[in-house]
Amino acid sequence: MGLSLTRAAQWTPASSGTGKLESTPMNESLLKEILSFAEQFGSQHPQEALHVFQEPLQWSTTLVASDFKTDYDISDSDVQSNERDSEGLPLLQLSPPTVSVRSFNQLSKLVHLAEDKKVEEVQACLEENRYPVVKILGSSVASILQGEDTDTDVLSLLLSKCLEEIAGKIRLDPTAVKNEVDSLKQSSIEREKRVLKSIRYTSDYIFSNGCRAPPWRQVHGEMCYLVIEPCDTETLCVTCSTAGVFLNGGVKQEGEESGYERTSDVYRDLRTLLKSRSPHFAEKINTQDFAVQEASSTQKVQHVEPVDADEQGQPQRSYEQREKNVHENARQSLYKTGGEKKYEPCPRWRNLGLTSPCGEAEEKKRSKSSGEEKSDEIQKKKLGAGAKGKMKAEFSASSLPGRLSSQKIAVKFETSCILYGSPSAKTRYFQLLLSYTELYEALVVARVHLSPGGDQTATVLTLCAMMDFNLMQETCQLAIRDVGGLEVLINLLDTDEVKCKIGSLKILRKISHNVQIRRAIVDMGGLQSIVRILDSPVKDLKALAAETISNVARFRRARRTVRQYGGIKKLVKLLDCVPNLASLSANQEKDVEVARCGALALWSCSKSTKNKEAIRKAGGIPLLGRLLKSPHENMLIPVVGTLQECASEESYRIAIQTEGMIKDLVKNLSSDNDELQMHCASAIFKCAEGKQTRDLVREYKGLQPLASLLSKASNKQLLAAATGAIWKCSISMENVAKFQEYKALETLVGLLTDQPEEVLVNVVGAVGEFARIPANKAIIRKCGGITSLALLVNVTNAVGACATDMDNMAIIDQLDGVRLVWSLLKNPSAEVQSSAAWALCPCINNAKIWGPFQAMKEILASLSQLVA
Amino acid sequence: MSAMNRKVIQTLAETISKHAEHFNKTEVEFLIREFNVLLGEQTVSGRAVPGLDRGKFRSILHNIFGMTDDMIMDGVFRTFDKDNDSFVSMKEWVEGLSVFLRGTLEEQIKYCFHVYDLNGDNYVSREEMFHMLKNSLIRQPTEEDPDEGIKDLVEITLKKMDYDHDGRLSFTDFEKSVREENLLLEAFGTCLPDTTSIESFEHHVFQEQLEQ
Repeated sequence: MGLSLTRAAQWTPASSGTGKLESTPMNESLLKEILSFAEQFGSQHPQEALHVFQEPLQWSTTLVASDFKTDYDISDSDVQSNERDSEGLPLLQLSPPTVSVRSFNQLSKLVHLAEDKKVEEVQACLEENRYPVVKILGSSVASILQGEDTDTDVLSLLLSKCLEEIAGKIRLDPTAVKNEVDSLKQSSIEREKRVLKSIRYTSDYIFSNGCRAPPWRQVHGEMCYLVIEPCDTETLCVTCSTAGVFLNGGVKQEGEESGYERTSDVYRDLRTLLKSRSPHFAEKINTQDFAVQEASSTQKVQHVEPVDADEQGQPQRSYEQREKNVHENARQSLYKTGGEKKYEPCPRWRNLGLTSPCGEAEEKKRSKSSGEEKSDEIQKKKLGAGAKGKMKAEFSASSLPGRLSSQKIAVKFETSCILYGSPSAKTRYFQLLLSYTELYEALVVARVHLSPGGDQTATVLTLCAMMDFNLMQETCQLAIRDVGGLEVLINLLDTDEVKCKIGSLKILRKISHNVQIRRAIVDMGGLQSIVRILDSPVKDLKALAAETISNVARFRRARRTVRQYGGIKKLVKLLDCVPNLASLSANQEKDVEVARCGALALWSCSKSTKNKEAIRKAGGIPLLGRLLKSPHENMLIPVVGTLQECASEESYRIAIQTEGMIKDLVKNLSSDNDELQMHCASAIFKCAEGKQTRDLVREYKGLQPLASLLSKASNKQLLAAATGAIWKCSISMENVAKFQEYKALETLVGLLTDQPEEVLVNVVGAVGEFARIPANKAIIRKCGGITSLALLVNVTNAVGACATDMDNMAIIDQLDGVRLVWSLLKNPSAEVQSSAAWALCPCINNAKIWGPFQAMKEILASLSQLVA
Repeated sequence: MSAMNRKVIQTLAETISKHAEHFNKTEVEFLIREFNVLLGEQTVSGRAVPGLDRGKFRSILHNIFGMTDDMIMDGVFRTFDKDNDSFVSMKEWVEGLSVFLRGTLEEQIKYCFHVYDLNGDNYVSREEMFHMLKNSLIRQPTEEDPDEGIKDLVEITLKKMDYDHDGRLSFTDFEKSVREENLLLEAFGTCLPDTTSIESFEHHVFQEQLEQ
C-alpha cells in the first residue's frame, strides 16, 4: 500500500518541471513508508516484482559501481544487471550519475544496496519521476488511472490496496449528512448569524449503518428525514438520500406510510436545497461561508486522518490535499460514469463541523476503533495542541446502497489482479480494462456471489449476465479462468439446483472451445462432475453436459477421464431415441437433441482406441446405426464422424457392414453437406477393405456419388476421403468396371498434379488398382500423365509415401511398382531420379517379401545405372 | 361421495375444462375434488367461503410445491386470484394449475411476469426487483454495504433484460429476454414448481384418487 502516500506528499511549488520534495516531517515519514514498500515489494510480491516496466525509472543516483555486487555486470563505472528482459536488455543500468531501473525486483535490490543512502535514493527517484505509473505500465493504462487525479503521483493507485476506498468515498453518506445537519443546527442557534429557525430529524433512532430512515425506505437509498423551519418560508420536509437531497410529501414522524414521495428536484446537498428555497438562508450562508473559509485557511493546521485499518500501514494525507483529491475524484467519477450523481458534502460544511461537539466525540470513537496506534501517534504529534475539535474526513464508512459504479468495480478488479494475478495476466487486464470493464464488472460480481449454496435466483441472473459476453473470445475465456470463475462454475455443477447447472454448463460449453480452459476444467476435476450430470433426468442438462464433454474431450487425458468415470456408457445411453419420425412431439425433439449431443461427445471420445472398444461394449453400434437413418445433417455429422473414427477397428468394420449401415453411408454421400460427405467417404474408405463391403457399396449405387465427389477439388479433406474410398473400392474388379462408366480414371489422373500428399497417395493407389486392367493402362497413357515430369515426381513421391505402410507395400509389390520406380532412375531428369531414389528407400525397407537375393541384385543393378 | 355430488362435479368439470386446455375432463374432475378436499380443511368456522384464502393457498404452495419466499407466494396467489376477491375459486384453481403445472412457455412467461409485477402496474421496476432479490444473496459480513450486491444484481439484470432502456421491465422486455434465454423465466424467484413436485402432485391427484 505505502506509495499511496505519495499523493499526500508536499511538493514545493512546481515552478519547474521537477519539483522538490519539501523536507517536512510529514514528507519524511511518507518517504519512509515508500521506502519500506519498495524494499519489501520484491519479497512480498515476487511475481509482480518481475513485471518489466514499459519505460525505465531514471534518476541521478549517488550510487557508484563499487556499491553493486555479484548479480551485476560491472565494467568501469557502468553497471548492468545480470537479470534481463525477454529481449536481453538489462533491467538495471547505471552510467553515473544516471541509473535506470525496469522492474520492482531491481528496484528493491537497489534500495537494499543503497543502505544508508536509501532515503536519498527514493527521494531522488520520486522527484525525477513524477509519473511513475506511466512509466511502469505504459501510457494506455496510465490514462485510465489518470482519471483518478491529474497532478499528484498516481503510483499510489497501482500499488495500494486502498483503491477501493478511494472509489467508494464519493457519494453522500450518513456521516456527511450528519455533519451538515450538525453544522446547520449550530448556526441556527447562534442568534445574530442565524440562518434557520430550526432543523430536526424526524426520528431519534439511528440504525447501525448511521441511517435514521426505516429499513424499507433505506432500500431506496434514503438515509434520514428532516423538518426544517427557515426564517422566511414555510416549514420544509426534507429527505436525505444517497442520490441527493429533496423535499418530500411531508414525513413528520417515523412510521407514517405516506409522504415519502419526492416533491421537488434533487439537490446536491442540504445547503443547495435551502439556498433555493429560502432567500434569507442564501444571503446569510454566503457571508458565513466566506468567513469560515478565511478562518480555516489562516489556521494552517495539518489535519491528518487515518483511514480504516490496513495491514501494512495507514495512508495519511494532509487534510487539504485529501479534500482536493476527493473533489477530483468526485468530478472525475461524475464525468466517467456519464452523469451518474455522486455527491460528497461540501468541504466548507465540514469546516463548519469542526466546531461541533458531535464531531469531536465521533472522532475519538473512530480513532479508537481504527486500532492503528502508529498513525494515531503521528496524528497526535501533528495535531499538537490544536487537536481539539478536529474532524475526520471519513467518507468511506458509507453503508448505504449506492448505484453500481463500473469505475469502482474496475478498480476493485485491478486491485485483485495486482494481488493475485501474474505479471502477464496483469498486463493483459490493464490492456483490456478499457474495453472490458463491463466483463469484469460481471465477473467480479459473479465471483463474489456465485457461491454454491447461495440462492439460485441470484446465481442464475449472474450467469445469464455472463452469457452476454463474447464467450468464444479467448480474452474472455481466459479472464473467466483468471478471476477464478472456472472454479465457481465447476462448483455449481455439484449443487442440486438445476438452473444453476444449466447456466454454468451454458458458459462452460462455450469457453471450453479454448484449449487452456479444457485442460483447466479437467485439472479441477470438472469433467467428473459433468459426466455425473449425464445421469440427470433433466434433458436440457444432459444435452448441455454432453456438448461440453464433446469440447473438453479433445485431448487424451480428458478422454480417459470420461471413460474412467463411466461416461462412455452414459453417453451411449443418450443415443437412445427415435430420430426418424415424421412429426416429433416437443419431448421427442428434446430426446433427439440429447442424442445429437451424445453423438458429438462420443465423436470426440472415439479418438481413443480404448473408448472405441468401450462404445462397442456399451452397445453403441446399433444405436449409432439407428441414428444414421436420421434426416438431419447436424445429427448425421457426429454419428458418421464417430463411425468413421471407429472404423479403424476391425470389429466396427464388420458391424457397420452387418448392421446395414453401408446403405445409409452411401445415401449420405449424395448429401449436399461437404463435411457429411467427407465423413461418409472416409467411413467407406476404412470399411471397404472387406470384399463384401465393396460389393455393398456397388449394390447401393455408391460408386457414382464417389466418382462425382472427385470434382470437388477445392476441399482437400473431402477429396482425400473420396479418393481413398475409390481406391479401396477399386480393389474389386467389378467396381473398376463401374468406375470406368463414370470416367473416374480420367479425373483421377487429372488429380495427379498439385495435390497434397494425402490425396496423392490415394489417387496413385487408385490409379494402381485401375491399371490392373490392361485397357486402363492405355487410358493412363492417353491422358498424358505418364510422361509428365510433375506426374513422375509426384508418383514416385506418392509411392514412397505409400511404401511406408506394409499393406501398401504389398500392393506396390503386387503391381511390380518397385521395378517401375526403378526404371525411372533412367529418366533424364535429375529431379525424377532423385525422387525415385527416395521412393525406393522405404520400398526396400519394407520389402520383406522379396528375397534378399533379388533385392541385392536389383540394388546393384540400379547403382550401376546411377553411376553410369 | 354421493351420486348427486358426483353429478355436480361432472357438470362443473365439463364447463371448466373448456377453459383449462392442458387438462382433460377427468383430470379437471379430480382437481375439483382435490379443491373440495382442501376447501374442507380450511372451513373450520362452518361459514361457506368462495374459495381458498391466502393462508391456505400459501400453505399449499409451501407444502406441496416447496416454495418459501413470501413475496413470491403472494404473487402466485395474486396471479391465481384473477378476480381479486382474495379467494382462489374453483375455476381459478383449475385454470391456474393448468399454467402452473403444464403451461406452455408463452403462458408461463405471462404467469411469471404477473407474479413479479408486485404492484400490478404492468412493469417490473427497479424497486420491485430489489425487493424480490434482496433475500437472494448471502450477505458478506465483511462488505461495507450489504445491499450493494443486490443493487449490482438489479443493474446487471436490467442491463440484460431492459430492451427499451426505460429503467424498468415491460412485458415485452420480459418476454423477449425469456425467449432468448429460457433461464430468465424465473428470473426473480422460483414461482413455478420443479418437475419432481409436479410429478408427485399429479400422481397424488390423478393416480391415487383413481385407485380409490
